[in-house]
Amino acid sequence: MNSGKIIEKKYRERKPDKPVKKKRDRKSYSLSIGPIHPALKEPVRFDLKIEGEKVVNVDFELSQVHRGIEWAGTRRNPVQIIYLAERICGICNICHSACFCIAVENIAGIGVPARAHYIRTIYGELERMHSHILWAGVAAHELGFDSVMYYTWKVREKVMDVMEALAGNRITKGIMMIGGVRRDIKEKQVPMLKEALEYYKKGFGKLGDIFLKDPVIKSRTVDTGILSKQDGLALCAVGPTARASGIKKDVRQDAAYAAYSDLDVKAITPKNLLGEVKGDVFDRIVVRLLEVKQSVEIIEECLKQMPKGKIVYEEKIPKLLAELRSVEGDGIGRIEAPRGEVIHYVKLVGEESPFCWKVRAPTYNNLLPWGPMLMGEQVADVPIIAASTDPCMSCTNRAVVTDGNNEEVLDNEAMRRLSVEKTNALKRRVGR
Amino acid sequence: MFEMAKELLKQLFRKPFTNRFPSKHVPKSTTKLLKNVKEGMAKVNRPVPIPEGFRGKIAYDKEKCIGCKLCIKVCPANCYDFLEKERKVKYHLSRCTFCAQCVDVCPVNALTSTKEFLLSDYKTH
Repeated sequence: MNSGKIIEKKYRERKPDKPVKKKRDRKSYSLSIGPIHPALKEPVRFDLKIEGEKVVNVDFELSQVHRGIEWAGTRRNPVQIIYLAERICGICNICHSACFCIAVENIAGIGVPARAHYIRTIYGELERMHSHILWAGVAAHELGFDSVMYYTWKVREKVMDVMEALAGNRITKGIMMIGGVRRDIKEKQVPMLKEALEYYKKGFGKLGDIFLKDPVIKSRTVDTGILSKQDGLALCAVGPTARASGIKKDVRQDAAYAAYSDLDVKAITPKNLLGEVKGDVFDRIVVRLLEVKQSVEIIEECLKQMPKGKIVYEEKIPKLLAELRSVEGDGIGRIEAPRGEVIHYVKLVGEESPFCWKVRAPTYNNLLPWGPMLMGEQVADVPIIAASTDPCMSCTNRAVVTDGNNEEVLDNEAMRRLSVEKTNALKRRVGR
Repeated sequence: MFEMAKELLKQLFRKPFTNRFPSKHVPKSTTKLLKNVKEGMAKVNRPVPIPEGFRGKIAYDKEKCIGCKLCIKVCPANCYDFLEKERKVKYHLSRCTFCAQCVDVCPVNALTSTKEFLLSDYKTH
């Protein structure tokens, strides 16, 4: 009781603080998105400074999903690593395994048969088609058009079926082998592949109409998330993100691998369709859709030109492993994945397993351009801008808005709701 | 959204795109349903055909195995354990990634890819 009185006395004696009126003409909040967030797909934490709805500063933290794949690789033999490399990214599984194979082939001086080159190209392009169509669905979802998402994913299903019929697996196809490929494309499988290509040629126009002619999608994406050509070059953007900013950068064109040297592949920029390059989200949609069309053409060309013959350098795997065990040196593999350039560095030292294996995935390069893209944009546009570079996956997202003592949690649904609200508001304005 | 609205209206009159379950509701007795289907009294949605060369669960023929350990060498997921006494291998389905590299490497075709893919079960052993 006594102590209580003392405290009461102390409290009474305390002079009340004068309410200090801080004169602040600006009030900036800190908005943290991630590390786990469905719109971002890959665990990365954004620290956005926002003024009202406007993003004024962007910072992000990486490295939340270090799985030690490269470490695990140094404890396996090269044939085992092919399947480990596939699991770096589920969607880009062909490019990672092919890239590793190319790196090892460079070290050992293994010559790949011509037919295997073509089969690798066909698989690479099928993968690009499926990845870009999947991305288009994700972009529609971020904008709040879920029916468009289901429609695009329905369109995508055809290419998945083709890949399953060709390779035996839907996602991690396990088709690459050092010195070639594991399975041939048989004569009786060609009609099915051609039928799928016809389906995409027909369906492409409709998909293009849905995405490119819609006034609401246009007003949501045109002039949002602009990445200028200078910024793109300075921050080493790769893949469709760079090409949408007018940078003609494509490994298939610059350092042709597999069968691309026989094919006439040119980097696609929005100039091909729109006549001008802005580097906004809309341009990225245009580039990806045009690349689907380009992939269809490349596969058709491949089927025409494909020579007959062996599909793998050495069929007996124990013999291949013995050969790789005697090789020393280091090599680099470069491949144009759906998201950009993949680089694998491998060092063999005459042992069972490689001494070193380093992977540089395209998303790594496409993260820094988020800075200039997000600057000055609205919070509701953050999901679509972040998704526009097609960052690699891993989900469930929440954001905390802190304003002194008041905390508000913006989870994924809330973020998406903001985005959907903006779309609806635009719909009303456009009058549809 | 005009293009999409057209597409949605069309979709109203189409069949669902997804692969459907064999029957709409869980039957009281599966054997009875199958019997009825045989006699033509009931209809079920046929399963989607599995493509040739599908990489399903791996079948192991113990008789054929010569214990060369090649599958152990190439398996990326360490699915195979070597049994020293019998000089045979033990296949762990739970670790398998279905790359079928062991099927390719086996010199005596003791390992084969089956078309079995419905592998989840309540029983873990």
